[in-house]
Amino acid sequence: MRLKWGVAAAAVMLVIVTSALLAPWIAPHDPLAVNIRHRLAPPAWMEGGELRHLLGTDQIGRDLLARVIYGGRISLVIGVSAVMLSATIGVLLGLAAGYFGGRVDWTIMTAVNVLLTFPFVLLALAVIAVLGASLTNMIIVLGVAGWPIYARVIRAETMAIRERDFVMAGRALGMSHGRIIFRQILPNLVSPIVVIATLQVAQVIVLESFLSFLGLGIQPPTPAWGNMLGEGRVYMLNSWWIAAFPGLAIFVTTLAINLMGNALRDWLDPHMKL
Amino acid sequence: MRRYIARQLVQLVVVIIGISILAFVILHVLGDPVLLLLPQNAGKEEFERYRKLLGLDQPIWFQYWKFASHAIQGDFGKSWYADTPAFGLVLERMPPTIYLTLAGFFVALLIALPLGILSALKQHSFVDNLCTGVAVAGQAMPIFWLGIMLIIIFAVRLRALPASGYGTWQHFVMPAFCLGAALAPITMRLVRSGVIEVMNMEYIKTARAKGVDERMVVVKHAFRNACIPVITVLGLQFGQLLGGAIITETVFAWPGVATLTVESIRNQDFPVVQCAVVLLALIIVTANVIVDLVVGLIDPRIRVST
Repeated sequence: MRLKWGVAAAAVMLVIVTSALLAPWIAPHDPLAVNIRHRLAPPAWMEGGELRHLLGTDQIGRDLLARVIYGGRISLVIGVSAVMLSATIGVLLGLAAGYFGGRVDWTIMTAVNVLLTFPFVLLALAVIAVLGASLTNMIIVLGVAGWPIYARVIRAETMAIRERDFVMAGRALGMSHGRIIFRQILPNLVSPIVVIATLQVAQVIVLESFLSFLGLGIQPPTPAWGNMLGEGRVYMLNSWWIAAFPGLAIFVTTLAINLMGNALRDWLDPHMKL
Repeated sequence: MRRYIARQLVQLVVVIIGISILAFVILHVLGDPVLLLLPQNAGKEEFERYRKLLGLDQPIWFQYWKFASHAIQGDFGKSWYADTPAFGLVLERMPPTIYLTLAGFFVALLIALPLGILSALKQHSFVDNLCTGVAVAGQAMPIFWLGIMLIIIFAVRLRALPASGYGTWQHFVMPAFCLGAALAPITMRLVRSGVIEVMNMEYIKTARAKGVDERMVVVKHAFRNACIPVITVLGLQFGQLLGGAIITETVFAWPGVATLTVESIRNQDFPVVQCAVVLLALIIVTANVIVDLVVGLIDPRIRVST
């Protein structure tokens, strides 16, 4: 049942990723092209809407469909890069904590606890405030702030695997710690890593949108779902579509990724507790 | 029990120290306060003078020590923008944030408890599938978008509720629902799985076997025991709840700490940002410790095992 949903979600995700990749070829208009005479045009199915602007236009006449398609690029790039960064940090530290134990474990886990008690949003806000908003800074902040969840899960798994016979055998054969960790333990942890990473992409996309929504993330006129939503908020009295569609894009993307992640978890390891 | 409390308190202190280091590092290591304070065309001597004035020429550990020892007394320095102590500014905005958080928590329970229990008792029925489906969708819903859609529908179209602000109970309805809706899905799933697990226990079978009324079985025997995991996880979710409150506040222009933080970030008013971050983190950590203690009190197994 869940698997079926997962496949459907994967199909939706494929559409979103493809449209983001092929944005310059499939977008109906230039996302930055201003057309003041067609400003605040409603979606095509409403009264006064035109087929040229399927989802309508924003306050300075830019085509919303084109902007939503281009906005997906930003979200996906930040989501995937930040997750790769946090997965790398989190997995390495989790392996170290679980494998070596003792003082290494204590230090890493204290850091994990400190970061986990902090709301992710607050941390990201504070750091962005100091560093300033840019695409690179967003990736760094969201990537660095996200590692504790990987570290916690990987540590627990590593501690369990460390006691297994094949690790003992490896040690008896005189393998180095590095070889045991990366050749024997890490390959067993691929499933949880893939599952957490998938689900985290959704989290990062929502957070990035929120920062951009506040005006602390991707800066206009670059189209990102978050800043479109933020700009649209001002016009919601008469033109609800400007805020509605970018938000819908975030919602659908997050939902699809979550469904995919859940299905992936059931498929890879039904006993996994995440 | 005493050892359990002691261990919790030690952990509390360690985490608080960690948070203060984090807050310090963010402002003093990642950013340079002088660069933020002075205009860009200020001369080199000007920079040096300010650096001395703020004590930035001293070794970093000494600066941290000064920051921490003042912070403990509630002195986070003066706001660069309003020229009043940052601590007072933040404290003033604390009540609305706390009320909103509590209201959101209450709404989440109001939605999640009945639906979670219902889903568990009627496992795999239509109702259960519907609830689970809504929960999955709800988890993917960005709070700030939900908030805006609520404003468009209830404030702009129906004119039933105020779009933003603070004061009367009407102002609470949308923000509290928004925040509650964000927390409800995970709570519902927890309640559901908690009740399902408990319903399969021996003591439930015993209660049924001795002829206890089914309603009593659910309320007295199952629900109470299902509460333990729910309380634990909800307590640990408190940070997330506060994070959600931060997002909700900015959407509804709620005059709480989060709105103040975002304003201060825009004004580059770092003492206020620092103070707000530390105080919010402090609340979360304290709440977590209280939850741990309460759970340890309810369920003796926990204080022995961890």
